[in-house]
Amino acid sequence: MNFLILSLIKAAVVAFVLLTALAYLQWIERKVIAHIQLRVGPYRVGPHGLLQPLADVVKLITKEGVIPSHVNRVFYLMAPWVAVTLALISIAVIPFGPEIQVGPVKTWMQLTDLNIGILFVLAVSSVGVYGVALGGWASNNKYALLGGLRSSAQMISYELPLGLAVAAPLLLANTLSFRKMVEYQTGYWLGFIPRWNAIPEIFGFLVFLIAGFAETNRVPFDLPEAENELVAGFHTEYSSMKFAAFFMAEYANMVTVTAVATLLFLGGWTPLFPEPYSDAIPILVFLFGGLIAIYHGLNPARRKDKFTLPAAGLVFLGIAAIFGLSLFVPVLKAILMALFWFCGKIGILLFLFIWVRGTLPRFRYDQLMRFAWIFLFPLSVLNLLVTSLVVALTSK
Amino acid sequence: MTALIFFIFAGIAVFCGINLVVQTHPIASALSLIGVMGSLAILYLQLGGEFIAAAQVIVYAGAIMVLFVFVIMLLNAGAEGTSLQVSRFTKYLGIVLLAAFLGLISFIIQAMLPKTEGVVFGLFQGGTALDVGRKLFTVYLLPFEVTSVLILIAIVGAVVLARKEV
Amino acid sequence: MLNSVPLNWYLILSAILFGLGVAGFIYRRNIITVFMSIELMLNAVNLTFITFSYNFKQVDGHIFSFFVMVVAAAEAAVGLAIILTVFKNRETLMIDEVSSMKY
Repeated sequence: MNFLILSLIKAAVVAFVLLTALAYLQWIERKVIAHIQLRVGPYRVGPHGLLQPLADVVKLITKEGVIPSHVNRVFYLMAPWVAVTLALISIAVIPFGPEIQVGPVKTWMQLTDLNIGILFVLAVSSVGVYGVALGGWASNNKYALLGGLRSSAQMISYELPLGLAVAAPLLLANTLSFRKMVEYQTGYWLGFIPRWNAIPEIFGFLVFLIAGFAETNRVPFDLPEAENELVAGFHTEYSSMKFAAFFMAEYANMVTVTAVATLLFLGGWTPLFPEPYSDAIPILVFLFGGLIAIYHGLNPARRKDKFTLPAAGLVFLGIAAIFGLSLFVPVLKAILMALFWFCGKIGILLFLFIWVRGTLPRFRYDQLMRFAWIFLFPLSVLNLLVTSLVVALTSK
Repeated sequence: MTALIFFIFAGIAVFCGINLVVQTHPIASALSLIGVMGSLAILYLQLGGEFIAAAQVIVYAGAIMVLFVFVIMLLNAGAEGTSLQVSRFTKYLGIVLLAAFLGLISFIIQAMLPKTEGVVFGLFQGGTALDVGRKLFTVYLLPFEVTSVLILIAIVGAVVLARKEV
Repeated sequence: MLNSVPLNWYLILSAILFGLGVAGFIYRRNIITVFMSIELMLNAVNLTFITFSYNFKQVDGHIFSFFVMVVAAAEAAVGLAIILTVFKNRETLMIDEVSSMKY
């Protein structure tokens, strides 16, 4: 098919799925944090609060967008636009799966493969600092300015350990493109241990995750937008769609960081077990989920759950049936298995992000900067040194 | 297609360059400079320098300009006051002379190199990270090490200059 | 639409940007804007390096450009530290007013 039309179709699919996923990521975050804090979370809007993101979107769109009179108009309006655009652009180089053949069309499940793909993601995250810094400065408000300055200093300080932690698997795989990085991680040691980069590079993986927390301004590094200390930090003066834009940019950054961590360290879409056994895993996971949901639906704790929990159980069983059916259709199997493993790994890392948010207190600003420069940066340099030493001594 | 991209991004670069000189507020100048760097990165991509394009965005637009924007925000630099006490005639004459100077340089360049081959995107494949790294660590190893010492000197100098007087 | 761009045009663009950088350097009074004009000049030179590297089909121009970027980073760091010190002592960012050592 024509390259342009194919790219347009892929871009439309990715954009639609991503925006829906961002809205429901917020629902998942609110539910998980609520259950960590022994409460229920969104519960009333739709079954178990499933329509809450829709209600939030409607509220944010129809709210009055107040532009205060004392702001610098051009930069005030530009900052959320820059933040959202850059956060969504970096999804363009993330591969979701291997090469598939749908009818006459043979294509990778990726928008475009740059052979400097990893540098592209680093570049976009470097320029993404401006959205926050400009938003804080343009608001003409001392809390917002402090939040913006702190946030941009934090983001550029943590880019250094991020980049150095990324450099270590690059040395192992000898490539800068995401596609070849995942191809390097296929295969198994001793027949059953997957060749993921996280196993030799465990320190790199941990440094990357910690720096990823700081890059996306998440707890415990979220002092720039601390709700109880800085009156919402750099997005104090923003309302309605512009605030929604900053919010969406934060969640999109989270998805990008977890996607890059999965591709670089956890093997992308390669399964955990060797090929014939790993086909059963999605079926088993959804089967158990469905059976547990139906079991709890039979004697529910709340009256409404008599309908919603069995319905959810049936949905899970339906998905398990789809996975089971796809075993007989190779085209569908390739797509679904790759998507399951990739989204499963991203989901586990996102759950880790949300779990940490509900658990840890936040760093003070000087503790945060000290942690970056005095602990993470030497650790990542040491990791890179040891990796390069091992690669140099064992290469042919 | 190559010509279209060249014209678009060269136009953006020149427009942002003029904006840098004309704007009174330093933040607007800083954002124009970021625009110049971004469009130059696209032009480097056209010329086959993919590693340099990524390095330009990461280092120049993503770190050095953040430093500039940081300092402008810290010092609370406002818009410039009244400009130099020159008459309007001199200012307009200056703009005309600048345009004439740039036109003269363009003509000289065009006359010096009349028949060069065209730039086709994808013709020069030697700008990958592999090629740059190979040359950087073998032929140009000494300048590489010297620049790392230079960065160390710059870090120490900046920290010493900017600390509080105790 | 042409498929190839003559190499002269990149050099002309680089010369125009360099000229604009010089104009900003001479005309502006805010020290930070003067600094940014210097960075514009350095960017124009980078474009020339990469253009000639394409011309000779070698990668050495890219490496020179890389070194120019590194030197620009070091210079920006030290220069901004100097600007901060001058601001602390003189309370002004206009280069006309830092003239106490003039005749």
